[in-house]
Amino acid sequence: MKIAVCVKQVPDTWAEKKLRDDDSTLDREAADGVMNELDEYAVEEALRLIEAHGGEVVVVTMGPDRAAETVRKALSMGADAGVHLVDDALHGSDALATSYALAEVLSGRDFDLILFGSESTDARMSVVPAMVAERLGLPQVTFAQKVEVDGSTVRIERLTEYGYDTVEASTPAVISVVEKINEPRYPSFKGIMAAKKKPVETLTTADAGLDSAQLGLSAAWSTVAQFAARPPKAAGTVVTDEGDGGTKIVEFLSEQKFV
Amino acid sequence: MAEILTVVEAADGSVKKVSLELLALAGKLGEPAAVWLGPGYSDAAGAVLAEHGAAKIYVADNADLVDYVVAPKAEALAQIMQSASPAAVLIASSAEGKEIAARLAVKTGSGVITDAVDVAADLTATQSVFGGSTIVQSKVTTGTPIITVRVNSIAPEVSPAAGTRVDVSVDVSSSAKTAKVTDRTVAAKGGRPELAEAAIVVSGGRGVNGADGFGVIEALADSLGAAVGASRAATDAGWYPHQYQVGQTGKTVSPQLYIANGISGAIQHRAGMQTSKTVIVVNKDPEAPIFELADFGVVGDLFSVVPQLTDEINKRKG
Ligand SMILES: Cc1cc2nc3c(=O)[nH]c(=O)nc-3n(C[C@H](O)[C@H](O)[C@H](O)COP(=O)(O)OP(=O)(O)OC[C@H]3O[C@@H](n4cnc5c(N)ncnc54)[C@H](O)[C@@H]3O)c2cc1C
Ligand SMILES: Nc1ncnc2c1ncn2[C@@H]1O[C@H](COP(=O)(O)O)[C@@H](O)[C@H]1O
Repeated sequence: MKIAVCVKQVPDTWAEKKLRDDDSTLDREAADGVMNELDEYAVEEALRLIEAHGGEVVVVTMGPDRAAETVRKALSMGADAGVHLVDDALHGSDALATSYALAEVLSGRDFDLILFGSESTDARMSVVPAMVAERLGLPQVTFAQKVEVDGSTVRIERLTEYGYDTVEASTPAVISVVEKINEPRYPSFKGIMAAKKKPVETLTTADAGLDSAQLGLSAAWSTVAQFAARPPKAAGTVVTDEGDGGTKIVEFLSEQKFV
Repeated sequence: MAEILTVVEAADGSVKKVSLELLALAGKLGEPAAVWLGPGYSDAAGAVLAEHGAAKIYVADNADLVDYVVAPKAEALAQIMQSASPAAVLIASSAEGKEIAARLAVKTGSGVITDAVDVAADLTATQSVFGGSTIVQSKVTTGTPIITVRVNSIAPEVSPAAGTRVDVSVDVSSSAKTAKVTDRTVAAKGGRPELAEAAIVVSGGRGVNGADGFGVIEALADSLGAAVGASRAATDAGWYPHQYQVGQTGKTVSPQLYIANGISGAIQHRAGMQTSKTVIVVNKDPEAPIFELADFGVVGDLFSVVPQLTDEINKRKG
């Protein structure tokens, strides 16, 4: 089985994120980059699937030079190879452009499964997996809390508002995972050493045969007109319980007309 | 006036509050139309939509729309967009809503904006990003704006309109019928308000210390007519069912009042409750980051503070 995992480098989860003053895009220099947390779960799930069924895991990322660190991390967890799409022309791409670029890079490589995290912590859109499925014309089995593969059938539990749906499709298919699915492994020392020798294919947009008119900030189908820091919330009142904590809260609730 | 399409979400045949919020927002932008995707439409549901401003109600009564994941809904909407030529399409920012928007955007060559908290008459959307620290105004520049809107961002309004039913027969292509729903598992639902829509949410975390401890949280919730939420630590431990998880990978809530008990305030938890209007915190650790969000906080043991609070509220209700 050949599995692709799309991973994104994002600003460190705990870092303060901000937009750039010049072009209103995410300031990726302002914070350390890490692999998007949910993508670690996708890498883990891919590794478990090939441990059970045999095969190969290829991580695919689109991002600036230093996104190579994120590819390396996935390789040190155990993925076999990487593809890194990097080009200044990609700067400022919206989700539509990102999904176009990823779909082009993914197509023609004979993947049985294409895994995603269900959301990136920076964009928080949860749209790229569905867009890639649409572009590639593949079944979309997303928000999986459980994945089972049986020959050419893939069965997932899709998390829903009311519980979960069991969904079935044939491979090749697009999967996104939620964090309930597994517990990602840490790279071992051996894994980190081995990663250094694993192949990473670095592609420009021209190498990937991409149409530059569909990429980057100027091609985005939506624009940020303006942005502003929200005025910091006025500090609230914090009291220490001296046997009357509950009563104090009721007094506050009553002032605010909640009771 | 151009039509604004709003996609209806329903549970057990009744229209969810978020759909009425979308109609209220659509009323500020053009002529609101509701789109019912799948079986289960009833005159009663139609009456609710009409009462809240739907001039037209497109009904696509086709089981394929719910028997396969997302793709058929996007196809149906694309077909309705072709004939209705709306000025914008509004969809709830649920996990599925965003996926419908995603595919519809690719299909129709339209820009998409997710998680809007408001949309102005010129279709500029307001988003609150990076955990609420930044307010962004953005606008779709290509195609028909497809905008997903956060639950509880706009109040529903009673604004009676014709609610003319327009039946649409949609062709669902075979390529959209590739991910089949073979079974639905509906978790037991209590009598409390729906978490994502509730005006008040009372939630518990690792500090609740066990499934039994949630009795204290539920009692407080019931005294306030609130929904119960939980942190991932509590759902992962099996103390409370997963569908009540609040946060990045759980539900996003935006209630008038959020009461966090025994929750430290990890960034992934805050991602799902940061836009709550008023926040109350009970935590025994004064350094817990959740206090940064508190309008009112008590440093103390939730097992003494919360029952006292519940008693006080019940007493005041007489
Ligand atoms: C990819 C990913 C996604 C995630 N998604 C989510 C999500 O959607 N939602 C979510 O909530 N988390 C999520 N998390 C987990 C998150 O990082 C935290 O681990 C989690 O929120 C912690 O839950 P908690 O605050 O209940 O527990 P803790 O962090 O352990 O905090 C417990 C708090 O209870 C207090 N306490 C203990 N006893 C008492 C007492 N008797 N009285 C009063 N206070 C007491 C303690 O002082 C402490 O502050 C996610 C993590 C990852 C990696
Ligand atoms: N630039 C990117 N490179 C690779 N994968 C990406 C990229 N952007 C998004 N993804 C994938 O799409 C998922 C959802 O992202 P989003 O729709 O931005 O919330 C992520 O968890 C990744 O798996």
